[in-house]
Amino acid sequence: MFLDYYNLSPLLMQIHAFLCSVMPEWLALTLEGLVVGVFILVMYAVLAIILIYMERKVCAAFQCRIGPNRVGGKGGLLQVPADVLKILTKEIISLKHSDHFLYALAPFLVILASILTFSCLPWNKGGEILHMNIGIFFVLAASSIGVLGILLAGWSSNSKYTLIGAVRSGAMIISYELSIGLSVLTMVVMSGAMDIQTIVEGQANGWNIFKGHIPAIMAFIIYLIAGNAEANRGPFDLAEAEQELTAGYHTEYSGMHFGFFYLAEYLNLFITAGIATTLFLGGWMPLHIAGLDGLNMVMDYIPGFVWFIGKTFFIVFLLMWIRWTFPRLRIDQVLTLEWKYLMPLSLVVLLLMTVCKVFGLTF
Amino acid sequence: MEIEKITSIIPEAEISQTGETVVKVPAEKLHQIAETLLNDKENPMDFLRDIVGMDWGEEGLGALYLLESTRTGARIILKAVTADREKALLPTVSDLWKTALIKEREVYDFFGICFLNHPDMRRIFLREDWIGYPMRKDYDMNSNPLRMDNEENADMTDEYFLRPDGTLEGRKNVVFGEDDFVVNIGPQHPSTHGVLRMRTSLDGENIRKIDPILGYIHRGIEKMNESLTYPQTLALTDRLDYLSAHQNRHALCMCIEKAAGIEVPERAQYIRTIMDELQRIDSHLLFYSCLVMDMGGLTPFFYGFREREMILDIFEETTGGRLIQNYNMIGGVQADIHPTFQQKVKDFIKHLRSVIQDYHNIFTSNVIADTRLKGVGVLSKEDAISLGCTGGTGRASGWANDVRKHHPYALYNKVDFKEIVYTEGDSFARYMVRMDEIMESCHIIEQLIDNIPEGEFRAKTKPIIKLPEGVFTSSVETSRGEFDVVLESHGDKVPYRLHYRSTGLPLVHAMDTVCRGAKIADLIAIGGTLDFVIPDIDR
Amino acid sequence: MEVKKSTSIRSMEYEDFKNNDYLEDMVRRLNMDGAGIVLGTVDELINWGRSNSLWSLTFGTSCCAIEFMALGAARYDMARFGFEVTRNSPRQADMIMVLGTITHKMAPVLKRLYDQMAEPKYVVAVGGCTISGGPFIKSYHVVNGIDKIIPVDVYIPGCPPRPEAFFYGMMQLQRKIKVERFLGEVNRKEKEE
Repeated sequence: MFLDYYNLSPLLMQIHAFLCSVMPEWLALTLEGLVVGVFILVMYAVLAIILIYMERKVCAAFQCRIGPNRVGGKGGLLQVPADVLKILTKEIISLKHSDHFLYALAPFLVILASILTFSCLPWNKGGEILHMNIGIFFVLAASSIGVLGILLAGWSSNSKYTLIGAVRSGAMIISYELSIGLSVLTMVVMSGAMDIQTIVEGQANGWNIFKGHIPAIMAFIIYLIAGNAEANRGPFDLAEAEQELTAGYHTEYSGMHFGFFYLAEYLNLFITAGIATTLFLGGWMPLHIAGLDGLNMVMDYIPGFVWFIGKTFFIVFLLMWIRWTFPRLRIDQVLTLEWKYLMPLSLVVLLLMTVCKVFGLTF
Repeated sequence: MEIEKITSIIPEAEISQTGETVVKVPAEKLHQIAETLLNDKENPMDFLRDIVGMDWGEEGLGALYLLESTRTGARIILKAVTADREKALLPTVSDLWKTALIKEREVYDFFGICFLNHPDMRRIFLREDWIGYPMRKDYDMNSNPLRMDNEENADMTDEYFLRPDGTLEGRKNVVFGEDDFVVNIGPQHPSTHGVLRMRTSLDGENIRKIDPILGYIHRGIEKMNESLTYPQTLALTDRLDYLSAHQNRHALCMCIEKAAGIEVPERAQYIRTIMDELQRIDSHLLFYSCLVMDMGGLTPFFYGFREREMILDIFEETTGGRLIQNYNMIGGVQADIHPTFQQKVKDFIKHLRSVIQDYHNIFTSNVIADTRLKGVGVLSKEDAISLGCTGGTGRASGWANDVRKHHPYALYNKVDFKEIVYTEGDSFARYMVRMDEIMESCHIIEQLIDNIPEGEFRAKTKPIIKLPEGVFTSSVETSRGEFDVVLESHGDKVPYRLHYRSTGLPLVHAMDTVCRGAKIADLIAIGGTLDFVIPDIDR
Repeated sequence: MEVKKSTSIRSMEYEDFKNNDYLEDMVRRLNMDGAGIVLGTVDELINWGRSNSLWSLTFGTSCCAIEFMALGAARYDMARFGFEVTRNSPRQADMIMVLGTITHKMAPVLKRLYDQMAEPKYVVAVGGCTISGGPFIKSYHVVNGIDKIIPVDVYIPGCPPRPEAFFYGMMQLQRKIKVERFLGEVNRKEKEE
């Protein structure tokens, strides 16, 4: 197979075999688990820093500004690390009339959901961290834990602003999960698999968005809209609508508790984009154009994780573009959009895809 | 309004004509006379411009009622006095003009005049536990030291009325009941444009009632004016509505010039008019920026500020100030225009005309903006007049109220401009009025900028000015409505009373009417389109 | 611990800052018992993070708030320094920039907001009104200087100050934070009530 240069599985197998030869297997597994866990957390933090920096630079570009350029040289590269350092050493306030246990639990639920989903992303061939045959189903299930954290945060803070923010967010996320579920289901129908690696490998001879033509493109657009809403970003950022509810559901959180919400927000953006890449844009598969063999050869030499990260950041950029251009929707308009337009449309798309698949109309 | 006409309607009137014509009516007949004037066939006095509380010392406490007919533009000033300082009572006119609901509260707060049958006699600017009435002449300035305890807000309010036998009786009215979900929006809130506080009763996301609580930036400007000489009073006008700094000061200068009989040179008139219009563009650009930001779109905010900075540059070169310019003086302006002023203004207008389409592309024609603004927060024409919502808000509801057109001052009767009037009365109309006015202001400036005559930019005046006795008024159209100055002089070098009509107070009062049934998000958008500036409300 | 003599701004030398002696005095007092090598280095790292990430609570009461908006807009662009993240919730803000007159009615609110903020917190008093009452010093309803209510770190005079003055004030605050001591002892004491 042409993609085998960058396949990580043999290497990982060898490491495992080597570890087993010098220590008992349970110890080797524990050690590997620890290393992978630390790896995930580091990746998570680094990506969050990159995303926040990107957001600040991208929005500055849209707004005829420069953006951070003082801290850490000309590009302001150390601006976000400075923020992280600050937020790590900031006091965490405990409130008098709040439910302390739930109040402290909520940010961890949000970050837990985000990390669980994050672990499912297919970085490379053989580079997936959580691999199971119902992977995409697990992603949907795990990402739903996040809304629980948001609702708890709003409720336990004992403030009216957070409560309104949380209820708004709950109503919105639960609604948009339908559309996400249906558009993901459309792609599952097309790929005939729920395993993320199988879905990606099925796109070796063409990305799903090309193979599935009309229904796939429609599902892609629906997914982007709903995913944007799911990640609580503008124009759907009602939950933390700054101009209405000061800071929405996390108004009462300070220090690293707030930092968790902040990180999760950006990582959710990345995860949304990552899942879109996996389902529609071929994951870590290089771009192949039929007939141009020379080009295809060159493309194959680019490693899979570069493809994956590149495509994902492209979608992240699209979502940022939308966020910095549109004004915010109102809660009833958000729900109208979902229940009256997106949901019926995604049902139609699902039906269309099934018909296409049954009659072999997909490429 | 002519004297004969007044005496035919109000036979018992005492008319004084030093300065403006003031018609003194007996307090107990005030309501009846007000009703007659409101229902007059020829000149229905349907617009209550302002109620100005007064402390005349020996004569007693009382108020001036400034009325105007929206049909003919005729104006009249009524004066009602009550001699009893301990138990000062006046009948309310809040059943005739809705704007009196809030203006009478202001008079009550400052002078302790209780309005009979007014449903809501609470303090409005000062703390509910404030001692004394600060605008009374015998108020002890040290009677209220700084208090750091949190203020409690009552959910009940008082109403007073007279029993048939003449004794006073009180009754409690409910502002917010037991099962109201009341959210405090403000005083520290990103979208209240300052330190306005709105206690908002919600039903889910829907608004049931709004009770504005003001005074978080009440700086006592009117009281301070009473100990400042006339040229000194000018400095404080810029800090009222800082986005109409120039126009506010223009109004006060006009009022003093009128009273003192100072002739303003032609050149100064030109400069003042151009500066007023530049200030209007400046304010409307900021309106656009803030409205868009309130609605969650951050990028257009920067577009508005980009052009606004150019105006500030022009201001800075000539006046030395960016936001607060201190430029108008009694008798003219402080300094001559900068040599490059004309060229820069012309360049700016050319630039603005080329980029204004960007503004519309990114926001006006955006589908989200459309659905958020159109049909939301409708204010009918009748309500607009009754509530006294002047400026762009009134014009968006179909009420042609532009002072520049109906009571021209400076050079506005010499230039050609359209009064922008929309009839829908919704948020979108209020937005469009301002956007169109930007272009209209450009048009006015273009007519004047090349024709500024040579000559003095300031008439010679004495450093200490004494005005003759009497009541003097002047009104200008600021960026957000009619701004009136009411000056009572007792012949001293300091004013006896100097009152400013707040352009924003009626707008904040209208929030309750406009927002009922709307969503929280609409509250923010409506607040943005009503376009008020809080320091101007609280003064 | 020491005050850095070199500035990263080419046109602004160390001597151009106005209150160097004050900062040097502060450092001298902090260093009286000697400065720890390890703790001192960690302190410097933390102070670097804090000083470069000042998120302000939006607290605009009047005129100065408009100049603050101009500061955020494209021409002056405070995002260059990383100040652009304004939080509307006091819990998440690092400093409160008091922009405009504080009246008697507002004073308890300001105090409450300050108390709601999480440590470390700094106060910047902007404009004549917050420093002394400004033009309204004789009014019956204006607090003559917010230092009567909350401790102030930096004063920025002006009515309203120019955006450049805002930057100068913010840089002074950064310099002040850079000589603080986080570990070991606290060098900020709230005014005794």
